[in-house]
Amino acid sequence: MKNIIKTKQLVKHFGGVSAVDHLSITIPKGQITGLVGPNGSGKTTLINLLSGFFSHDKGAILFSDTERRKILPWENKIYNITRTFQQIRLFDQMTVLDNMLVVLTERNPFWSLFEKHNKYHIKQAEDILGHLGLYEKRFHNAGDLSYGQRKLLEIGRVLSMDADTILFDEPFAGLFPEMIKQIEGIIKELKQKGKTIVLVEHNMAIIRSLCDYVIVMDAGKMLAEGSPEKVLSEKIVLEAYLGE
Amino acid sequence: MEYIFHILILVSIYGILALAQNLVMGGAGLLTIAGAAFYGIGAYAAAILATKFGFNIFTTLIIAPLVAGLIALMVGSTFARFRDDYFMLATLGFLMIFNTVVRNWESFTGGSYGIAGIPKPHVFGFVFDTPLSFVFLAVVVLLIVTAITYFISRSSFGRVLNAIREDEDALAIFGYKTSTYKLMAFSIGAALTAWGGVLFASYLTFIDSRLFTVNESILLWAMIILGGIARNRGALLGAFLLITVPEALRFIGFPVDFAALLRQCIYGLLLVFLMLYRPKGILGKYKL
Repeated sequence: MKNIIKTKQLVKHFGGVSAVDHLSITIPKGQITGLVGPNGSGKTTLINLLSGFFSHDKGAILFSDTERRKILPWENKIYNITRTFQQIRLFDQMTVLDNMLVVLTERNPFWSLFEKHNKYHIKQAEDILGHLGLYEKRFHNAGDLSYGQRKLLEIGRVLSMDADTILFDEPFAGLFPEMIKQIEGIIKELKQKGKTIVLVEHNMAIIRSLCDYVIVMDAGKMLAEGSPEKVLSEKIVLEAYLGE
Repeated sequence: MEYIFHILILVSIYGILALAQNLVMGGAGLLTIAGAAFYGIGAYAAAILATKFGFNIFTTLIIAPLVAGLIALMVGSTFARFRDDYFMLATLGFLMIFNTVVRNWESFTGGSYGIAGIPKPHVFGFVFDTPLSFVFLAVVVLLIVTAITYFISRSSFGRVLNAIREDEDALAIFGYKTSTYKLMAFSIGAALTAWGGVLFASYLTFIDSRLFTVNESILLWAMIILGGIARNRGALLGAFLLITVPEALRFIGFPVDFAALLRQCIYGLLLVFLMLYRPKGILGKYKL
């Protein structure tokens, strides 16, 4: 099994609380890895550490077997990694189209002064918005969209980024069934394109239907890992996560 | 008529300052109080170069923005790491340092006596010494600054600045080193602000440190917020209104000293009312 991300004895404290406690996991390449566990088990903290949103206190994070001592968020483009947020974070006072275009923009600040988006970039953004059903809303401010549309736009930005590794933090939370199906379809398409996906999710039916591999966390530690069928039937997991 | 020209010159100069600071404050959402410092740096650079080294004001229009931009680049490399109120406090500290330096470095800046006898600009034997000719010069510089800020706001760079204003952390995730963008915006804003300072020094022919205090920065804030944050035309409208409307106080018959104090009160009250009832300003689409 080829791995793309590995953590070794990873530690993150918040005051006296260990949010991630000597965690060693492996995220397999080109697969959908589900990250499950009760609230406060450290899933989102782990996503924040992998994307450079937080810095880790101890341990190591390896991308394609190369250790990154300090993960800086702006290096995500170089390492081809992107993410969504548990609490949606859009550029609310910018249009839907601008939210997409900003991801397609030249990253060199000097050259970006002289770049105006050409038809190619606009078409790319509009194609993705069309795919998500947001084309008609492209000139609306992102802050004026409904909750579900905001979730879709956040996923649209991820698609624009075209990263190899995508970290989804509860992308289905609060959505009605039709939209859940739509996002499931998008995630499956990404897998078919060879993307590596990490999916934080509480809905076990979605985990079973989408994930190739599951990692269960509790109190910042790894409780179990393996195929969804195997892991989700383990007694220790049922006790910790489902209270059974 | 000369009075009208005087008002037009002030509107143009403050239009330049408001546009330049709007790039930093409205574009990138960086609450800067350093506007008056870069305004002063432009004015002092022009005054010192012209009176001590015999430079033509036109030459200082090239040098002063470079000096201000370079200073902004140096201090901004630290400030770019700050956000929100921390950024504001850092820029306030910079303005206080600037004021202390110009007030005390007498041999260079004239200290509290200021610098007098700043020449008018001249080119090919033509001196811009009449109010009408100075209006022409000020409006040309204003048009250049308007074109530059319009160009920036329409570029990808401008869009990234707006995204920084909205959510800097979320933007960084997409591979942006946001501190570099903030530093560039701060430096470009400082360089353009310096143009206003050069024109002001040459127009008044005298400057001292009392002209570049926190009051000037607050006035620029009021102009930007009144007209509409992150809108170039808003900054111009704000400059126009806050220069012309208080001038009306002259005709009401208040004593000069009282009218000046009243103006400061109006700016302060205006900011409070705008934040309460119209945080987007007259033409604005954005809230800080």
